[in-house]
Amino acid sequence: MTAASGVAVEKRAQTPLYQAALFKDAILAALVATLLALPLVGMQTYDIGGGALGIRTHLDRVVMIAAAVFVGRLVWRLRPRRHRRAKTSGDTVFSRLAAWSSRQTSLIAVAGIAFAVALPFLPFSSRYLIDLGTTVLIYVMLGWGLNVVVGLAGLLDLGYVAFYAVGAYTFALLARDLGFTFWESLPFSGLVAAGFGVILGFPVLRLRGDYLAIVTLGFGEIIRIILLNWSPVTGGPNGISDIPRPSFFGLPFTRSAPEGVTTFQQFFGIEFSPNQRVVFTYFVILALALVTNMFTLRLRRLPIGRAWEALREDEVACRALGINPTNVKLSAFGIGAMLGGFAGCFFATRQGFISPESFTFSESATILAIVVLGGAGSQIGVVLAAILLVSLPELGRAFAEFRMLLFGAAMVAIMVWRPRGLLAHREPSLRLAQRSRQGLLS
Amino acid sequence: MAYFLQQLINGLTLGSIYGLIAIGYTMVYGIIGMINFAHGEIYMIGAFISIIAFLVLGLAGVSYVPLALVLVLLTTMFFTSIYGWTVERIAYRPLRGSPRLAPLISAIGTSIFLLNYVQIVQGARGKPMPPLIQGGFTVYESGGFGVRLSYLQLLIIVVTFALMAGFTTVIATTSLGRAQRACEQDIGMAALLGVDVDRVISTTFMMGAALAAVAGLMVTLYYGVVDFFIGFLAGVKAFTAAVLGGIGSLPGAMLGGILIGLIEAFWSGYFTVEYKDVSVFVVLILVLVFRPTGLLGRPELEKV
Repeated sequence: MTAASGVAVEKRAQTPLYQAALFKDAILAALVATLLALPLVGMQTYDIGGGALGIRTHLDRVVMIAAAVFVGRLVWRLRPRRHRRAKTSGDTVFSRLAAWSSRQTSLIAVAGIAFAVALPFLPFSSRYLIDLGTTVLIYVMLGWGLNVVVGLAGLLDLGYVAFYAVGAYTFALLARDLGFTFWESLPFSGLVAAGFGVILGFPVLRLRGDYLAIVTLGFGEIIRIILLNWSPVTGGPNGISDIPRPSFFGLPFTRSAPEGVTTFQQFFGIEFSPNQRVVFTYFVILALALVTNMFTLRLRRLPIGRAWEALREDEVACRALGINPTNVKLSAFGIGAMLGGFAGCFFATRQGFISPESFTFSESATILAIVVLGGAGSQIGVVLAAILLVSLPELGRAFAEFRMLLFGAAMVAIMVWRPRGLLAHREPSLRLAQRSRQGLLS
Repeated sequence: MAYFLQQLINGLTLGSIYGLIAIGYTMVYGIIGMINFAHGEIYMIGAFISIIAFLVLGLAGVSYVPLALVLVLLTTMFFTSIYGWTVERIAYRPLRGSPRLAPLISAIGTSIFLLNYVQIVQGARGKPMPPLIQGGFTVYESGGFGVRLSYLQLLIIVVTFALMAGFTTVIATTSLGRAQRACEQDIGMAALLGVDVDRVISTTFMMGAALAAVAGLMVTLYYGVVDFFIGFLAGVKAFTAAVLGGIGSLPGAMLGGILIGLIEAFWSGYFTVEYKDVSVFVVLILVLVFRPTGLLGRPELEKV
């Protein structure tokens, strides 16, 4: 079938009528590109001093863009196409990969965790790589947390960063004013964030999808604006600095400790190296992320998790079966918020400094993108998308100014290519007369 | 009283601009039921194109202000609507019929793309625009405090209401408008009855973008400076306005826009400027809790 349709495409390309249509289409595309590029690329405004603007014309760039679009469109239309079975199934390679990954969850989980644990000790590993790994893991954790709200309960949350911020600021304030350490305030960060989740959730959970999205977005902005302006407590735009680092069962990672305190390297009798703290921080977030994952997977099999998924599928049916939608949604919101709060607490201790700048809407958008790009509900998909979205801008550092441009374009491209997410493959969570296969990651 | 009136005028001006952007959200949402997150960026692009058009006209020697205004208005609407069309064609059309979250993520990606695109091609610094329309008149005076209505504010309010009336007429009387209303009610049925759904959606995006372009032009004239970051907040507030007025309803979007503008103006006039954005969101949450369909929206039937 595949070969036959390939031949058909080539035959079609040879008829003059088809070629003319092809050229017309490419010329139209080039024309649109010219019109798009003409005002913004073709005419660059610049300061000429005295608050006035001048214009530099770059018509050569417009012509180049138009030519590139023309050629690109022709190549795109003439690309060898295989037979398409269904519109949504997308590329078969990834569909097979998705199906495979959902069958082989335990294998992938073991391999992934082994790699993550071994990463700091691999020969090519560097401080930069471990830092990058830590960032990826923060996003993995946030993605898994948001997955409870978006992937399982089907509630669209555009302000998830608010709970991340609440967790981070809870720790920062507890540490600054009451001298709490990271481990002491970790539960409080989660609790306070969960509290905020419930407070926000209570009035708004009656709303339908998109309204909920915009209200949560508003909530995220409210939190950020309050953090920015309530200077006496939050330090305003300057944020809070000197947040304590995590310690290893009370042993700090410093070159020299004050009187009466043993440092990590003194206790174990090894040389001091600044890398020890970086590696330790990495393992802390790895542990937190794995706990998050196990926690959500367990929840998923409890009645409450079943209720989330049922509610996502059909709210009316749930109500008819006696499930209280408000309580169920509220629990999803609260638990998602709590996980975000834990991640925020870790973020604060890792950075040592937080300011409202770290909690903007684009952060929420990135986390949501990780969940959706990975394939909502898929735990491995979240990991894959987090690696992709965090390292893509990093790789792009070579062409620094274009990296966010590529980031946006990649988000669109992945969605157009696989609208259900990279690793979307929905297995029923319950089967009749068959033992369900569930590994650590599913 | 005078202070109150002044805030009222400022709020109306600001609200007109929000209303124009909100119409784009509400029309798109009404027809395909998605939040066009990139709409704020389209408005920002409109503002940039208007500045460039002014500069080009200045170089071409057009010095008669009304003529320049009309020309800039038309070119800005034209070029910006092409951006609206392209965004729909590339980022949303392939996703029709896919899960609800997919177009939203695609829209957020588009928004990030356009933001950085403008930053790269036009630079990150704010673009100043010398005041073109100066002067005004004093409407009311008491205790040495005059309430001023500038010609520019008058122009913004008048143009907004004229466009609003024009678009309402288009939607109520023309065949395009009929097709749009048909798509809003039932897109599948409209397609079966011979409405070219793709074309209607494209036109809707272009209309929305053209109105956002007008808003961009107004903001350029009103504030005299434009940067690549104005789209996000204006977009969020305009969407808030659309929800407040009842999403899917054209007069609702306008009413919501004006209310948001008034709330913002009065809040900054009587309380704190820092928290003016918070006030908008708090009002939004209150409205949604007590009247989830918005002020002029129709209650949505839950289908089983």
